[in-house]
Amino acid sequence: MGMTVVQKILARASGKKAVQVGEVVEPAVDLAMSHENAALVINQFQEIYKGTGLEPRVWDASKIAIIFDHRVPAESAKTATNQKKVREFIEQQGIQKFHDIRGTSGGICHQILPENGYVRPGMVVLGTDSHTTSHGALGAFAFGVGATEMASVWSLGMALNIEVPATIRVEALGKFPDYVSPKDFILHLIGQISAEGANFKVLEFHGEAIKKMNTSGRLVLCNMAVEAGATSGIVPGDSETVRYLQKEAKVGEEIPLTIPDRDAAYEKTITIDVSLLEPQIACPHTVDHVKPVNDTEGLKIDQIVIGSCTNGRLDDIAVAAKILKGQDIAKGVRMLVFPASWKIYRESLERGYLTDLIDAGAVVMNPGCGCCLGVHQGALADGEVALSTTNRNFPGRMGNPHSEVYLCSPAVAAASAITGVITDPRKGAN
Amino acid sequence: MTNTPASCVGKVVLKLGDDISTDVIYPGRFMATVLPAETPQYAFCDLVEFNTRLKKKEIPPRSILVAGKNFGCGSSREQAASALKGHELLIIAKGFARIFLQNAINLGLRIVVCPDLEASEGDEVEISGQRVINRTSLKTFPMVPLPLTRQAIIDAGGLIPYTRKRLLEKHA
Repeated sequence: MGMTVVQKILARASGKKAVQVGEVVEPAVDLAMSHENAALVINQFQEIYKGTGLEPRVWDASKIAIIFDHRVPAESAKTATNQKKVREFIEQQGIQKFHDIRGTSGGICHQILPENGYVRPGMVVLGTDSHTTSHGALGAFAFGVGATEMASVWSLGMALNIEVPATIRVEALGKFPDYVSPKDFILHLIGQISAEGANFKVLEFHGEAIKKMNTSGRLVLCNMAVEAGATSGIVPGDSETVRYLQKEAKVGEEIPLTIPDRDAAYEKTITIDVSLLEPQIACPHTVDHVKPVNDTEGLKIDQIVIGSCTNGRLDDIAVAAKILKGQDIAKGVRMLVFPASWKIYRESLERGYLTDLIDAGAVVMNPGCGCCLGVHQGALADGEVALSTTNRNFPGRMGNPHSEVYLCSPAVAAASAITGVITDPRKGAN
Repeated sequence: MTNTPASCVGKVVLKLGDDISTDVIYPGRFMATVLPAETPQYAFCDLVEFNTRLKKKEIPPRSILVAGKNFGCGSSREQAASALKGHELLIIAKGFARIFLQNAINLGLRIVVCPDLEASEGDEVEISGQRVINRTSLKTFPMVPLPLTRQAIIDAGGLIPYTRKRLLEKHA
């Protein structure tokens, strides 16, 4: 019996010829990512060394990446103190893949890792962030862990007690209609299989629509795989992966690809014809509460958010700018735009997208997680409704348990900004 | 120090539904707080009444929280597990999201997977071997044991001592 792509990656990283689903392995970690929560990882890391007589040293300073993005610039003295502590640790340990709050190199971790060519096909990537699943877009086995588990990785260089997960194969057939995007595809899939439909499993994406999808779109799919409970989402590396890494991330060396065997065993296969998809909306207060846009059309919106690790990339901002160019955002609607990195911010600026958005009335924020997780930069009032291209809509997600968050694609968000109510971008476009 | 206590009895102090996210257990706006001594004050802080009872120490240790499917979905923030552990709660759910489950095991938060459990707030519930007994309704429900690999971390007293042992073996 052949192996899925994740089985192949885990076999390689565990020094085995083959691994079976359910088998326990201890794979070597190729990349270990943290953000501000590195402050907690550091505490736990030092705790591990207590009483051992050993000096706390990370196993490999070149394989650790730390990116400040969740609360940038610091929203409180507490965060500023945590960030300072992390900077000191980075200096002391010689960690090089560090992205501080800087216009030349900063951004959201799930954009910074691909953008800098840190993630390669076949890698084992762990991150202290649930959306670490994103990096499956480059053919890596990437998953989220808690701070203590990361501290363990920093000490030993391997992930302990990993059970080889079963894989669900997702076949995406056909061609996306205009104004229907990878976001609509993944929301539809989560709605179909539920928020725990892939718990402890991998979603492996295939099919004509994936083959033609750029890395930006694949990042959307893998980013939100965790919202179906998946350990990881993965698009096996292909010519697009090589193109992205060489042309966009400027990787000079050869890029070997890991692909699944033809006779790999999948738990099941889900087939979706994307040509039949409509724009989708995830309604409060779970990500699997998904409806076609028409079922929610006309709902009044107070705040529109475009950005985040899900939809803050250049093509997302381009779509929004195209729809909003020469238009006015509806009175009473606040629109916030968070590019996913400063590189994307600059490119959006140079192409005129940011001017188009600002002229329409949008507020362009600094790259970072922004209001997605309800810490700062755009809290909601009691009873307010947000329409957002981010990835979560749980109660209180945007900082107020008495507000509502609807999730959508950048096209739906931009079209709705003009009308002030949830709007089908296909109608606005005609 | 076991996640599936061989035997204990407690009262159900809160019953929740499916898909209770870490945004509800420990809202993102308190993520800058990381110390296990400080996180418990924010446990379920948007469920104001329950949070107040927790803070006033009106909920005795080993009280039971009952939840539906996919408890702990969402963010990987470990504070969600450390905050509940600080109050020494026992969580019985129909199912747990992967990262939360692992965080609970790593930190020693007591959790029980019991897919068919029927219990209401105020019920007295007993954990006995591999069964959950609702002493109020007198019904018994099977629990799903944790995989052996995770039990090894629990038996070591959590992931920190487990890793420490591995580290010492490596340097021996």
